[in-house]
Amino acid sequence: MALVKREATVERRKAKVGTKQQEIRFPVVSVILGILSLIGMMVSIWMIFLYAPTDAIQGEPQRIFYFHVPMAWLGMLGFVIVAFAGIGYLVKKDERWDWAARASAELGAFFITLALITGSIWGKTIWGTWWTWDARLTTTLILWFIYIGYLMLRSYMGRTPASARAGAVLAIIGIIDLPIIYESVNWWRTLHPPAQVGVQDALPPSVVLTLMVSLTTFTLLYSFLMIQLYQLQRAQTLAQQLRSSIE
Amino acid sequence: MTFLSQVLAILWKDIRCELRSKQTWTSMGLFALLVLVIFNFAFDLRVDNKAAIAPGAMWVAFVFASLLGLGRTIASEQEKGSMDRLMLCPVDRKAIYLAKLLGNMLFIGVVEVVALPIFAALFNVPFFTGELLPIVLLGTLGIATIGTLFSAIAAATQAREVLLPILVFPLIVPVVIGAVRATGTLMVPSINEPPWLGLMAAFDVIFLSVSMLMFEYVIEE
Amino acid sequence: MSAPYLEIKGLKKTYSLKPILRGIDFVLDQGECMALLGANGAGKTTLLRILAGLTKPGAGTVHIGGLDSVREAQQVCHLVGFVGHQPNLYDDLTVLENLLFFGRMYSVRQAHKQAVELLKRVGLTRHAGERVGTLSRGQLQRLSLARALLHSPQLLLLDEPDAGLDDEGIELLEELLREHTERVGTTLFTTHNFERAVKFSDRICMLGAGRVVYQQATNGLESGVIRQSYQEVLR
Repeated sequence: MALVKREATVERRKAKVGTKQQEIRFPVVSVILGILSLIGMMVSIWMIFLYAPTDAIQGEPQRIFYFHVPMAWLGMLGFVIVAFAGIGYLVKKDERWDWAARASAELGAFFITLALITGSIWGKTIWGTWWTWDARLTTTLILWFIYIGYLMLRSYMGRTPASARAGAVLAIIGIIDLPIIYESVNWWRTLHPPAQVGVQDALPPSVVLTLMVSLTTFTLLYSFLMIQLYQLQRAQTLAQQLRSSIE
Repeated sequence: MTFLSQVLAILWKDIRCELRSKQTWTSMGLFALLVLVIFNFAFDLRVDNKAAIAPGAMWVAFVFASLLGLGRTIASEQEKGSMDRLMLCPVDRKAIYLAKLLGNMLFIGVVEVVALPIFAALFNVPFFTGELLPIVLLGTLGIATIGTLFSAIAAATQAREVLLPILVFPLIVPVVIGAVRATGTLMVPSINEPPWLGLMAAFDVIFLSVSMLMFEYVIEE
Repeated sequence: MSAPYLEIKGLKKTYSLKPILRGIDFVLDQGECMALLGANGAGKTTLLRILAGLTKPGAGTVHIGGLDSVREAQQVCHLVGFVGHQPNLYDDLTVLENLLFFGRMYSVRQAHKQAVELLKRVGLTRHAGERVGTLSRGQLQRLSLARALLHSPQLLLLDEPDAGLDDEGIELLEELLREHTERVGTTLFTTHNFERAVKFSDRICMLGAGRVVYQQATNGLESGVIRQSYQEVLR
């Protein structure tokens, strides 16, 4: 009798999974975003390397700026999304908010790493050193640590509501702390000769345009990747659910 | 039972337990002193650069000792990994947070009180109790507000000893910068120094409130 | 017919994406004593923990004394006394200090008097000044019972209260349960011992794979008769 019962539950479960699969529609939004990102990338690369003028002081290496800024921007935006998705989860208790948080955390961590690398390379070309403790770069590094801490925490705690809550709390504290961290490092830096990795003076319009295009492209790319990672989180949760219901 | 009396009841319970087991204080205190001694050897301190190194060494010792203490105090509340015995009671979770925060500050405070004179002796720097007090107070509060919240988070994982510093260090950067600079200014007064105490105070107020609100999400199962 | 004291509707709970409770419904009237049976992993402990407020339900509602256990959690805490697998006591405090602490937490009036009386009741007066860390398993269980009764709860939730108790302790447990019921208190306890379940309770209930699979009133019936119908269900 026990065996019959078990077979019946397996049948019922198969039916449930079957209906879920029928619900998946053609990913229109994803495809559109993907195509737009691709076009945007091609346009951006052309603009960055051919359209934008060569910097008088820094020369060709200055073009890293068009990559570095969007990446840093996305790293920041990513964390803001993690924090808001965290708030959403704490309020609504719907795990989809948590999927968005985890997706954005992975993506944001990736872009912040790239921002650090490009910032470091850029710094090398201007100042001759791979690292300088200026306010922006330092805050980026700290954000990187917070991201890593978040990912480690989520990894250790698994896919449980407690894990989602802990992640949300970390992200909320982090996002409130970030401006304070930036200011404190800024104050600290005023005591040392400034070695800013960034732009100080007014920028010519062609530079601004290139930067805007690059920013838009990267944001489109980010949105596209977000959707993919969100779906991946959803799939991973479903997989774990199925796995544990069989055991 | 009022909110405040709940806080005090839990705090008093924690103090009594710690006085009996003596586990946390002794290890924290010893640790702080060891760090200071090692720093003395690690940095060859001559008269001219002492003022530059001393505040940093002191606060590094305090931060590391704090992390040790934070882990211990939350661990002592757990019985085989859960805080059931406290969670069963009709006590406001914010009160639990405050009690744990005050307990942590007390533990770290005792270590600081012991370490400061020894620090002054080792580094042969004068320390002004009056003016140093607000710096140490605000700095310790900053570390403890974030630390108490995250010790509860890290305690739920297996790798709690490793995870706690990874989570806490980046977040307390403003406090560390402020405390070190403020202490340094005390030893070697400088002009045009940013308002570090103000920064630390703002940090403490903000994160005390936020952590108190977030604590219940962290300890509820 | 007055409203039931404990009302559970559609209770579900999942741990690590594994469903433990798949829909529990039952009621307990005030003054009733129910024994919960079931294999390990059937969800007995999880159910009790939800009722005690230690964890929140995944779905469904729990009403204790007319109060919602989630929305009015703090008020419900006052109504519930819980004895779990862990003693839920502080090793570094003495027996009396433990009770006084919990007395303060629950705002028990004349806590000291209550504590002393309870210690006498559970036979631990001699150990009042000893650190809890030095007590034996049986003594811990008795102290745990005392802690649960300290604030005169209306609903007693006991998870395997007979574990670790000697014959004298089991007798004490039976007396305490009877006294509680006489005070029109409600009780829900789990056990692996079928005989004890029938003897101590008014009704037995069995959980299987997260659901209620069997319920039977025990008053006036011989345990042999009940055991027969119980085996029928198992088959």
